[in-house]
Amino acid sequence: MAVPTYASPLERVWHYFYLAICAAIFFFLIAPIIVIIPLSFNAAPYFTFTPAMRSLDPDGFSLRWYESLLTFGMQNPDSQGWAFWSDAWTNAKWVQAAKNSIIIGVFSTLVATVLGTLAALGLSRPEMPFRRAIMAILISPMIVPLIITATGMFFFYSNPCELLTLFGFSPECGRLAGTYLGVILAHATLGIPFVIITVTATLVGFDQSLNRAAASLGANPRTTFFKVTMPLILPGVVSGALFAFVTSFDEVVAVLFIAGPDQQTIPRQMWNGIREQISPAILAVATLLVISSIALLTTVELLRRRSERIRGVTPR
Amino acid sequence: MANAALDPHAAIATTASGVGQGVLTTADGRPLARALARSQGRARRKAFLLVLPLLAFILITFVVPIGQMLQRSFYNDGFSVHMPQVSAWFAATERGTPPDDAAWAALAADLTASAEARTIGVVGTRINYDMSGTRSLFTSTGRQVRSGIEPPYDQALLDINPAWGDPMLWSTMREAASPYTANFYLASVDRTRDEQGQIQQVEERQRVYLMLFWRTFWLSAVITALTFVLGFPIAHLLATLPMRKSNLLMILVLLPFWTSLLVRTTSWMVLLQQQGVINDLLVWLGVIGGGERLQMIYNQTGTIIAMTHILLPFMILPLYSVMRTINPSYVRAARSLGATSWTAFRRIYFPQTLPGLGAGAMLVFILAVGYYITPALVGGSSGQLISNMIAQHMTGTLNWSMAAALAALLLGAVLILYWLYDRLVGVDNLKLG
Repeated sequence: MAVPTYASPLERVWHYFYLAICAAIFFFLIAPIIVIIPLSFNAAPYFTFTPAMRSLDPDGFSLRWYESLLTFGMQNPDSQGWAFWSDAWTNAKWVQAAKNSIIIGVFSTLVATVLGTLAALGLSRPEMPFRRAIMAILISPMIVPLIITATGMFFFYSNPCELLTLFGFSPECGRLAGTYLGVILAHATLGIPFVIITVTATLVGFDQSLNRAAASLGANPRTTFFKVTMPLILPGVVSGALFAFVTSFDEVVAVLFIAGPDQQTIPRQMWNGIREQISPAILAVATLLVISSIALLTTVELLRRRSERIRGVTPR
Repeated sequence: MANAALDPHAAIATTASGVGQGVLTTADGRPLARALARSQGRARRKAFLLVLPLLAFILITFVVPIGQMLQRSFYNDGFSVHMPQVSAWFAATERGTPPDDAAWAALAADLTASAEARTIGVVGTRINYDMSGTRSLFTSTGRQVRSGIEPPYDQALLDINPAWGDPMLWSTMREAASPYTANFYLASVDRTRDEQGQIQQVEERQRVYLMLFWRTFWLSAVITALTFVLGFPIAHLLATLPMRKSNLLMILVLLPFWTSLLVRTTSWMVLLQQQGVINDLLVWLGVIGGGERLQMIYNQTGTIIAMTHILLPFMILPLYSVMRTINPSYVRAARSLGATSWTAFRRIYFPQTLPGLGAGAMLVFILAVGYYITPALVGGSSGQLISNMIAQHMTGTLNWSMAAALAALLLGAVLILYWLYDRLVGVDNLKLG
């Protein structure tokens, strides 16, 4: 955006002032995320740049907080070699949390993506009845405050069969609260709106006559779907799945309400750490999460461009 | 007619003979209108079947649980189930009837039975919600009546604790004798009932909920305004730069969007602390003295700063996607007709950004109203929102009916906003990055 040739001197000054404002806002957006990265290498247990760090003295920096992530909760952190790693794998709190986060994230993403993609295919058909109302219901888990969702789930998952008493049955069934299945279902619910939004957006540019062409060439509906539709909407499905995974990976309120001690995830562990004894170890976790979100963002961007290229849609 | 062959409704083809007789028929002789309706009905059912699994999933795991939770806001049988006899007496008498011998006998019998069944704590808790300080009256009386109670019951109970003669207590028990109650809603707007059952305001020092609702909406409005002020220039810059540059800068907007909420909240805690980076910087620059470090966190300022940062991408993205579509020649035309740059912006450019502004502002406001994590971590006591009070009642005081009533009011507000959003913007126009 250049200044037009007819601009007055005052307008030129304003233009550079405007660019400066924008730079300041970008700084506000990005600085808080970047600043924790060097702070996580702090040798001292403070949340600020120590004099040693400011003078770039190597003694001011250390990896001790990353080490503490691994050793926290271990039975014998001083052991060597194989014993150390197997102890870390089975006992370290953050390693457990990472495993839980990944298990819950992967399975809830699977549920959300499969159901969400099917529904998005239905919603994108012009014949779909009550389209708007159903869409509003399916998006609502993103809109309803998480605390309300979590509260409702807390009661429901404590006794899922209570629902059936409305119809005159009174069966006994186990709790879903405090189980992996409960947390996975809850996270799938929260991830579904993102899948719906991204996949329906991809389907907007989808040319329905391709399906008809496949049918006219003798493909049955299943072949048409897997050979024609799926490859074209795949980038949208994958980015929807990534959104759902990130939602689950980042979610703490539902975990607080329905997870048991066995389902402590990374955000839950961070929540404990922030509320109880905040130490720079939290910053080490945060740094690792920032790096993983950079990786995810890159993936999504690449997918978006690929999708635009396949569909021949020029970026708007 | 090459297209008709590819059409899924290919069975529908008019025959030359059908045209002449007034009713159009398909090739196999059925009326065209009916065949078309049938074909469309089948297509509708197919589309609906694709959506059905997800719809059922969302209804079972999301809509019904919230409905069940909301039921607790007006239904609480903690008293009526465990105190059946005295509840029956309340049902049979008028409001304001002083307790007679039958009432005292029923109360004594219920208290004994409830103490034996060890449910007296539940009963006391239920009455305690409406009249604080009464839980111990029930539990301590329960302990004593278990060792036996003799008529006359009124005298016996009053001997155990004279508080049993309090008309306010009887009025409160009458309220609780029916499992359906509006009292939790009254309490969420700082109202209570007096002895006659009249609605009145609670004592001044107990009025918290209306203030919290007001604060929630006010802070959300402030945050929405701030995201607009910060988001507008950014969105405009991104929309007017060449694609290559704007894609690069867009990463600076999307990276915070993809970064964990807890990470962003943590970094603000690190930055804003009294011993944190910003205060250190200000002291080092000499703006403030070492002894006058600013308190920027654990208060409303902390909530506002952190939430503005977290919600900013939700304002920038819709604004950007609308600004991309604005044709720059309108502004140029205005300038060529003699408008100053300010006039051209105000009368030509800005009105065209309103759809994006509306979408962004509503989304930010809706999300802000329900925020829980960030205020809980950086809000201190003056930066808490209504969500934090719901959590407090869920996990702290365990007054679940109260939590449900507050949740119902908050949900009502959010759903109205969501409905407006759907009317004005349309949920299918929601975009993520």
